[in-house]
Amino acid sequence: MASGGTTPGVAAVSVAGLTVVRGTVTAIDAISFDVPQGEVTGLLGPSGCGKSTLMRAIVGVQIVASGDVTVLGAPAGSPGLRSRVGYVTQAPSIYVDLTVRGNLRYFATILGAPDDAVEQVLDDVDLRGEADRLVGQLSGGQRSRVSLASALLGSPDLLVLDEPTVGLDPVLRRDLWALFHRLADAGTTLLVSSHVMDEASRCDRLLLMRDGHLLADGTPAELLARTGSSDIESAFLSLVEGGAA
Amino acid sequence: MTWRRTLATARRVLEQLRHDPRTIGLIIVVPTALMALLAWILTDADFHKYGPPLLGIFPMLVMFLVTSVATLRERTSGTLERLLSMPMGKGDFVFGYAVAFSILAVIQALVVAGVSFLLLGLEVRGSAWLVVLVAVVDGLTGTALGLFVSAFARTEFQAVQFMPVALIPQLLLCGLIVPTDELPRVLEWISWLLPLTYAFDAMQHVAMNPTPDTRFWIDLGVVAAMAVALLAAGAATLRRRTP
Ligand SMILES: Nc1ncnc2c1ncn2[C@@H]1O[C@H](COP(=O)(O)OP(=O)(O)O)[C@@H](O)[C@H]1O
Ligand SMILES: [Mg+2]
Repeated sequence: MASGGTTPGVAAVSVAGLTVVRGTVTAIDAISFDVPQGEVTGLLGPSGCGKSTLMRAIVGVQIVASGDVTVLGAPAGSPGLRSRVGYVTQAPSIYVDLTVRGNLRYFATILGAPDDAVEQVLDDVDLRGEADRLVGQLSGGQRSRVSLASALLGSPDLLVLDEPTVGLDPVLRRDLWALFHRLADAGTTLLVSSHVMDEASRCDRLLLMRDGHLLADGTPAELLARTGSSDIESAFLSLVEGGAA
Repeated sequence: MTWRRTLATARRVLEQLRHDPRTIGLIIVVPTALMALLAWILTDADFHKYGPPLLGIFPMLVMFLVTSVATLRERTSGTLERLLSMPMGKGDFVFGYAVAFSILAVIQALVVAGVSFLLLGLEVRGSAWLVVLVAVVDGLTGTALGLFVSAFARTEFQAVQFMPVALIPQLLLCGLIVPTDELPRVLEWISWLLPLTYAFDAMQHVAMNPTPDTRFWIDLGVVAAMAVALLAAGAATLRRRTP
């Protein structure tokens, strides 16, 4: 489905005719959309619909079959983007046999981030109290926050976050979404995936996906109005059923 | 590639090992225990004959396995993908590991050789220090081979599959089981492409000769050059994009 929306300013991410084949599965099937700058865009869809694959393509770590992905004006994966794009994989990608601070210090060196960045991101994700504990001793939710903190270190212009709030307690979830919006207000573009539809209301814009296809692209209000639904879950259902007609 | 990132990676790998005493045990204790086992099961004459080459082979095997497992974990945990999406040179990753593990290779060689000579009664005609030197270079080569194999692999599964493929032919052809000049001609040629063959030859040379000749230094130089070539090839084949 082509997006009818207008994009104010320059798109932070522009995907055109992207197709990705993983093994025998066409994980992304000819998808096109733009992600506007300085907003929180939610990538929503059921498990297995291709969210992680799409994010990998945007970060430039996925081999793609065809199509173009432009990120901050350059082809995805260009060397110059590596310090400007922060990526948090779905499973926390951090070292379990290092302390929280050990992980952050290492990634900060790799990113060339300033010395105070480590303390700053520890506060951002509320992990100061655990800073000197080994990651292996932390809970799943704490680990995913360490992983998120690592991506925040270099103050990237684009943050690609794969299901960052899954399994977190509601208070933390609320705090993280508040953090995402603070970052967006400061000019960072965020692309946040989730398979939980009720996170839709927290996003400025939505991309709804199913089975490697893009069902819809717009603000939550637009999608509700277009489908005449009262929540995103029913909007999703009506798009799936309407799309078949 | 930058020194800053390479050294940060080496320091990070060593810091991880500090929290992982079992791996350190594997690196230091296993080859030492294997030498003790050899001393126990072989006659004195056989121990003096097979001990030195195996003192070179064990460190190589152990360092290969430890490096392969460490880099496999880096793949499984997604940290490799994260690093390669950052401004991290592929060489920073490969050489960072090489620096960290060469420090361990030195400690390993000193302990294994020290125990073999001082406690197990191993004797060689040449200098014990040359034995240590060869063992260090062998350990490093094991690390280089482990890094190359995991860089070459596109998936975790391939990385595991490649491990025996990289190891077993070398063990069969290095001269330990059949002297290389008694191998069928084609296999002999192949054996001269494999680092373990030179490592074996160098160690055997120290065992038999009071002073090293040119062939010893050529052997050692070839092993070292192969290690560097494997590291460079590893850095070149590591892929930022995966299926
Ligand atoms: N490493 C892989 N190899 C082969 N197929 C994969 C791999 N990872 C994901 N897939 C397939 O690609 C499709 C999309 O997966 P994914 O992007 O992980 O979805 P999501 O993140 O929305 O749950 C699924 O059909 C999945 O089975
Ligand atoms: Mg996913």
